[in-house]
Amino acid sequence: MAYKVHKTGDYAIVELTGDVDLERSPDVRKLLLEQIGAGHAVIVDLSGVSYIDSSGVASLVEAFQNARKRGSDFSLASVSTAAMRVLELARLDKIFTIHASVDAVTGG
Amino acid sequence: MSDTDETRLIEITVPALPERLKLIRNTLRITAETVGCSETCRQDIVMAVDEACQNIIRHGYKNDPDGLITVDVRLARDTLVIKLIDYAQPVVVEQVKSRDLEDVRPGGLGVHIIRECMDEAEFKRPPEGAGNLLELTKKIV
Repeated sequence: MAYKVHKTGDYAIVELTGDVDLERSPDVRKLLLEQIGAGHAVIVDLSGVSYIDSSGVASLVEAFQNARKRGSDFSLASVSTAAMRVLELARLDKIFTIHASVDAVTGG
Repeated sequence: MSDTDETRLIEITVPALPERLKLIRNTLRITAETVGCSETCRQDIVMAVDEACQNIIRHGYKNDPDGLITVDVRLARDTLVIKLIDYAQPVVVEQVKSRDLEDVRPGGLGVHIIRECMDEAEFKRPPEGAGNLLELTKKIV
């Protein structure tokens, strides 16, 4: 798994690629909580995620709840088919705000 | 179903470590492809086995890096039978349950994913010297 973070206006765009599994999800959790803690509205781009497991989903849920407590925005964008399947299985597709693309949010 | 009705496909024993899960996933994906599973069927099998192995690592071995997991995959007519064997303390089967999905919180989804992705998931009597045997079955589609 790899990640990139870039800033657009008030948004921190976090791009995850590859497998988000038990080995890598602690890094994802830390990264997302850092961005939220820094006061950014976070959009997680999941277009390059080939696999995500329950531990990866747990990192997203924790970040989402942390952002909500702070009153900041947290959303997902360009969710890959593999990632959407897991979100649907966990019935989280109706909980997260999911955008068709990052540009649809940032106007880029 | 007796062992004689099953064709052995592959058996691997790997350290029970998060960094070995990708190896297990790739092995399962190739094995499922070899016997004609569709992409969706392969994804389901990979997800279920990965989640079950995570449970072994986290709850069975409590992240002890010396633990081992044996993955034994067999073909029984049109069904894949996957046996996951560990050497951890025996699981209290009554305590293995999914959380209420309406209660949105991090964690607790593994058992739900296993049940959704596989046709059957059942703890069986483990071989001599082992702690647990979880048998997962999935009809090949």
